[in-house]
Amino acid sequence: MHLLLKFIDFCKIVSYFSGLNLKDVAMYTQGLTHEPEAAVHAVGDEAALTRFQARIDGEQRIEPNDAMPAAYRRTLVRQISQHAHSEIVGMLPEGNWITRAPTLRRKVALLAKVQDECGHGLYLYAAAETLDATREQLYDDLLAGKARYSSIFNYPTPTWADIGAIGWLVDGAALMNQIPLCRCSYGPYARAMIRVCKEESFHQRQGYEIMLTLARGTPAQQRMAQDALNRWWWPCLMMFGPPDGESQHSDTSTLWKIKRFSNDELRQKFIDATVPQAHFLGLTIPDAALRFDEATGHWQHGAIDWEEFRQVLAGNGPCNNERMAARRKAHDEGAWVREAALAHASKQAKRAA
Amino acid sequence: MPATSIALATDPLLRFILRRADDALVLGHRLSEWCGHAPMLEEDMALANIALDLLGQARALYAYAGVVEGAGHDEDAYAYLRDPADYLNLLLVEQPNGDFARTIVRVWLYSAFMDLWWQRMTASKDAQLAAIAARAVKEVAYHLRHAAAWVVRLGDGTPESHQRAQAGLALLWPYAGEMLTSEPDEAALIAAGVACDPETLRAPWLGRVKAVAAEAGISLPTTPFSQQGGRRGHHGEAMGHLLAELQYMQRTYPAAQW
Amino acid sequence: MATPRFPLWEVFIRSRTGLAHRHVGSLHAVDATSALDAARDLFTRRNEGVSIWVVPSASLVASDPGDKAMMFDPASDKIYRHPTFYEVPDEVGHM
Repeated sequence: MHLLLKFIDFCKIVSYFSGLNLKDVAMYTQGLTHEPEAAVHAVGDEAALTRFQARIDGEQRIEPNDAMPAAYRRTLVRQISQHAHSEIVGMLPEGNWITRAPTLRRKVALLAKVQDECGHGLYLYAAAETLDATREQLYDDLLAGKARYSSIFNYPTPTWADIGAIGWLVDGAALMNQIPLCRCSYGPYARAMIRVCKEESFHQRQGYEIMLTLARGTPAQQRMAQDALNRWWWPCLMMFGPPDGESQHSDTSTLWKIKRFSNDELRQKFIDATVPQAHFLGLTIPDAALRFDEATGHWQHGAIDWEEFRQVLAGNGPCNNERMAARRKAHDEGAWVREAALAHASKQAKRAA
Repeated sequence: MPATSIALATDPLLRFILRRADDALVLGHRLSEWCGHAPMLEEDMALANIALDLLGQARALYAYAGVVEGAGHDEDAYAYLRDPADYLNLLLVEQPNGDFARTIVRVWLYSAFMDLWWQRMTASKDAQLAAIAARAVKEVAYHLRHAAAWVVRLGDGTPESHQRAQAGLALLWPYAGEMLTSEPDEAALIAAGVACDPETLRAPWLGRVKAVAAEAGISLPTTPFSQQGGRRGHHGEAMGHLLAELQYMQRTYPAAQW
Repeated sequence: MATPRFPLWEVFIRSRTGLAHRHVGSLHAVDATSALDAARDLFTRRNEGVSIWVVPSASLVASDPGDKAMMFDPASDKIYRHPTFYEVPDEVGHM
């Protein structure tokens, strides 16, 4: 029964978005906006490109073995793998609280949520592999520091309220981005995102429920909640990527319907949705310039510190080193396990032969 | 919820339930420590699933303990607000995870026993325990299969994995005997058909463990089952650290709702 | 050292009895047993299935997208295969 309800919720969210006509950027893949993309015309002959574009314009999905421009393939591999990396690295800040969750109910919810993120990483790596990338190579690139993941996971989770704030704000912001990706032109990515979005439907509610409990709790809990909002608000706005005017990349991703919404418009959407939620909690958004514009019906925000964003992307965020060190440690210490599994399988195959 | 530790009644049924609930809680907690750090992402998924099953078993048992005790204690009072000596789990489950081999060997030894134990408990004269067993027996059957398959993989895989599996087994073996022993206050419950006598599962458990060890090419230690005491609240050093993390929030912010 | 590769498997799940197994995705596993375990842990955490098939991806034989016109277009004009092609008077009732 509740599964069905979740799906209905999901459908509502999808229909909410389908009425919009914005441009998109993938926030879990925000590094893309700093990398020049190969020009469309560098690949394939004009006629093939025209046929490909006609399929895209006709809202036909592209499937793994279909002809596609090399740049389309490259863009997708980079975007999907960055998205996957973000899910996997994203396990760490929340994983930090699994053993200290304050109640058993919170503990199982958090463990299930972090586990979901691992699952989402796996769905996404599998989607990237349909484009002839290998998960091992993509993962090795991450560990070698050659691939990016979302800047947001380089912030620390010093208190329990951070678990609430991540669910409410980070997952809320991620959903804004991920729902339109369910209609991405590349079939396997779109299908992975449908699965991810269905599963994520509990994540944001879980986070908001934590915040609500804190906001209605003791003064210490209220302070904890406000402190978490203070620390996560601006980094969450940065998740949507640089302002549209500063975006260096060509709009081929939009042309190819990999992306359907722009950074600024999605950011605005997030702010408009979140500010009333914060007010309901009795919390203050840490932006003195924030005001509601009656004329446009939108909340106007103050200046975002883009230098901080650049620094975090460049590896200088509060937890960049810890996050990568933790992933490398797990990978390195797991090497003998993976070798053993392969060795046993190969011995078994020989015995059977 | 009270700010200080709760006092436990001495009712044998309550203690019988809490012993198994604490086993599940502590092992679930240990396995949850792996989340985000497993040797491969697939095993992150698997260990988290096992942990969630165990935490679910613990919650069901704590809820029933609350009914049995009738002192108004909920699952969190039992899980978070006892003094270390009032936790009644096996020493086996509180040991640190160690490497993946040790972690898997523990799940294997424990599940090989609990699979038999829960099967027996499905016929408990206590309807509530039988109902909890009916669910748990399915979960632990899978844990056993998953862990045993890994023990075989590691034992048979490479010289390093073989050595690690063997070392993990050597380290944990002295703690395994506590599973097979009943406490004096359980005799009446066993006689009444409410509890299962773990002594009667010793031979089948050993048979199962031997079979998997043989397939894995590892040898069972000949050391005695020398380590006991958890069932009576006599814990090792690791338990205090585990509780420091587990209880951190409840102890730091007494009487708050979360 | 590059991470060694685990074979790729395609996963098919029967969501409930009476329905066919349906492709849900792919995963990596060293052998069939661990592929089944991983499929269970990855794709059925929310009661999504009652049966799982895993198939080595290398064993799948797929039609070539380049053959799409030859393979599938010839079926598009055989409208007489469909019931709506045939006229039955309304008075006859549902048929």
